[in-house]
Amino acid sequence: MSKPIVATTSLAGCFGCHMSLLDIDEKVLDLFKLVELNKSPLNDIKKFNKKCDVGIIEGGCANDENVHVLKDFRKNCNTLIALGSCAITGGLPALRNNIKLKECMEEAYINNITTKDNNKEEIIPCDKDIPKILDRIYPINEVVKIDYYIPGCPPRAKLIWLTLRALITGEEVDIPYEVIKYD
Amino acid sequence: MTNSDIQEILGKYNNDRFRLMDILLDIQDKYGYIPKKFFNLIGQAVGLSSAKVEETVTFYHFFHTSPKGKYTIYLNDGIVATMKGRDNILKQFSEQTGCQINSVSKDEKFGLFSTPCIGMSDQEPAAIINKHIFTNLTVEKVNRIVRLMKKDTPIQKIIQTIYESDKVQNLIHTMVTDNIKKTGSVLLNKYKRGSAVKKSLNKNPEEILEEIKNSNLRGRGGAGFPTGTKWEFCTKSKQKPKFIVCNADEGEPGTFKDRVLLTNYPELLFDGMIIAGYTLGAEHGIIYLRYEYSYLKNFLQSKLEQYKKENLLGKKIVNSDFNFDIRIQLGAGSYVCGEETALIESMEGKRGEPRNRPPFPASCGYVNKPTTVNNVETLSCVPKIINHGSEWFKSFGTEESAGTKLLSICGDCGNSGVFEIEFGMTINEMLEMADTIETQAVVVAGPSGKIISENEFNRKICFEDLATAGAMIIIGKQRNLLEEVVPNFLDFFIDESCGSCTPCRVITTHAKNRLKKILAGKGTTKDLKDIKSWGNLMQKSNRCGLGKTALNPLLTTIKFFPELYERLIKDKEYISEFNLEKATADYEKITK
Repeated sequence: MSKPIVATTSLAGCFGCHMSLLDIDEKVLDLFKLVELNKSPLNDIKKFNKKCDVGIIEGGCANDENVHVLKDFRKNCNTLIALGSCAITGGLPALRNNIKLKECMEEAYINNITTKDNNKEEIIPCDKDIPKILDRIYPINEVVKIDYYIPGCPPRAKLIWLTLRALITGEEVDIPYEVIKYD
Repeated sequence: MTNSDIQEILGKYNNDRFRLMDILLDIQDKYGYIPKKFFNLIGQAVGLSSAKVEETVTFYHFFHTSPKGKYTIYLNDGIVATMKGRDNILKQFSEQTGCQINSVSKDEKFGLFSTPCIGMSDQEPAAIINKHIFTNLTVEKVNRIVRLMKKDTPIQKIIQTIYESDKVQNLIHTMVTDNIKKTGSVLLNKYKRGSAVKKSLNKNPEEILEEIKNSNLRGRGGAGFPTGTKWEFCTKSKQKPKFIVCNADEGEPGTFKDRVLLTNYPELLFDGMIIAGYTLGAEHGIIYLRYEYSYLKNFLQSKLEQYKKENLLGKKIVNSDFNFDIRIQLGAGSYVCGEETALIESMEGKRGEPRNRPPFPASCGYVNKPTTVNNVETLSCVPKIINHGSEWFKSFGTEESAGTKLLSICGDCGNSGVFEIEFGMTINEMLEMADTIETQAVVVAGPSGKIISENEFNRKICFEDLATAGAMIIIGKQRNLLEEVVPNFLDFFIDESCGSCTPCRVITTHAKNRLKKILAGKGTTKDLKDIKSWGNLMQKSNRCGLGKTALNPLLTTIKFFPELYERLIKDKEYISEFNLEKATADYEKITK
């Protein structure tokens, strides 16, 4: 049997989930014995060059580029996994969801103490090369169908390892209670 | 309003923090609202932080921290009111007073607010204006009412003018019609006040407890817990003082039977409480009356005075060694306070959040003393059981549901009102009695109960089949169940959740959004699966009945009206509602 092919990406996240993935330490070597890595920031492959079995997404959607990447993942991966709080619920960036976008942008580029005196023309950056900011942060399951969710901020390394192993071997994964309780 | 005004009110209640509700109600009654600047003063006087005072004030929807108008108009936004044309009435009030809903006019003369069911479902559209009830409103009546208000007419005078009555004493009957449509053998029947009390005082408390246990009387507030057993728990507690609390916080939308009992048979309730007190060794009774029924307070108070005069209340009742008093505690607008531990919290002047149990109120209730909380109807059955015996009581109803039940029938029927029926009546029989045609659904026990379809109409009204605290809302075939009824119920739970348990606070809103998605034609089989699994989660992980049952409008329509959902749901696992153009529209506008 050929090795399962895995792709990963970080949308509106902090790369913390990817760091956690690396926290499986030397098991990274085992992991790459078991899987082949395609598009991912870990190997810097920018574009899908073959159909993948598993796509792992960190972060929610904050701009149109995130949406395009996410849809691209859905198209190219048989199974999609939402990795961590931001992908599942929007996470920390979603704190802006109750504030109007205009107010957010003005705070960032016009009223902010570091920009106040330096942006007299009150420019909010806009260019076809800059991704367009969405009206709010969208959890990725609102944009495309997600098959599995790994909770945590970031999800603990062992959990990522167990999930991937389970997907590869087809065995059921046993997620301990303390991982999914939040009180 | 000055510090000394507030201090005077605080003094009236001896700066007692457990009477915070009364203090706040008095302030609001006198000045129209409770300004934030006094929270600190109130807190210091009663020994609470100002944040605690604010917690209580902001929890109840009849408390306001800013002026709410010389005339404050509350319109019920429940489903029955909506069915009876509430929207037109609202529009008319809004046009005539110049107020948008939930706001106050510029000159602070009018305030117009939405409120959940006010217990007038048999005579909607209805409004509460300055604690007075206006029923069967029409556009024409609204015009006249507003005209009179513009002339600063006192509210009582307005009632008398509109309903053409000159009897001030009879004001409560002028405002509200009883609509007793069927009397029965137990409750809606003659009763000589004090008779059961006198009989009880000649017996041992143990004998009475045995009689109540043997009668199989079960709680009429919805849960159906055996009253005798509940009382027995309380008798076992050695602590003193003990409290008998009557739950008159009839908040389930569509129910109004306690209103009728309180208006016409308060003696049954008072006697029931006195007998409960004697049986349990309690000397204090408290009636927790919902704010919506505050128009009944003076009436009940005068009846209590009469009881005192006749030595049925007070010291050494009818020459026995037993002392008992009853006071009325008003609520301030909160559905969850119908839950007994939330009710106790509210009586203690706190937010009405249900307590964790154990300990149960029987050992640790009001002010941490043994407390028994019973519904108005439950307590009202007690004197009749004492007078006629438990075997007589058991001769009515079914095996597991002894006695009779008051139903509040309303909605799409020709004959709405209060009916005393024997347990065991089928829904079909009930519909015939209520004079209905073309019934699509019956909401048994209100939003927290079940919405059942025609296929279930041969089921029986009793604890072993369809349990109800009394609400029966009939939905005609002309209504759109999923567009009109279910969202109304879900909004009710979203508003009324106390927010203490996360599933109840969060899932109620999520579930409503899923329904919206389904109604927009974007629902999937996964959405239904999610709602069902949330129902299970809500059952298991919320503290009180509100949270446990808040998804029932969805769950029971999915169960009994699957075809309504099938029509809307695509046989797909996933449909995205995301629209990139819409999501970037704001950005395009800002950077244009």
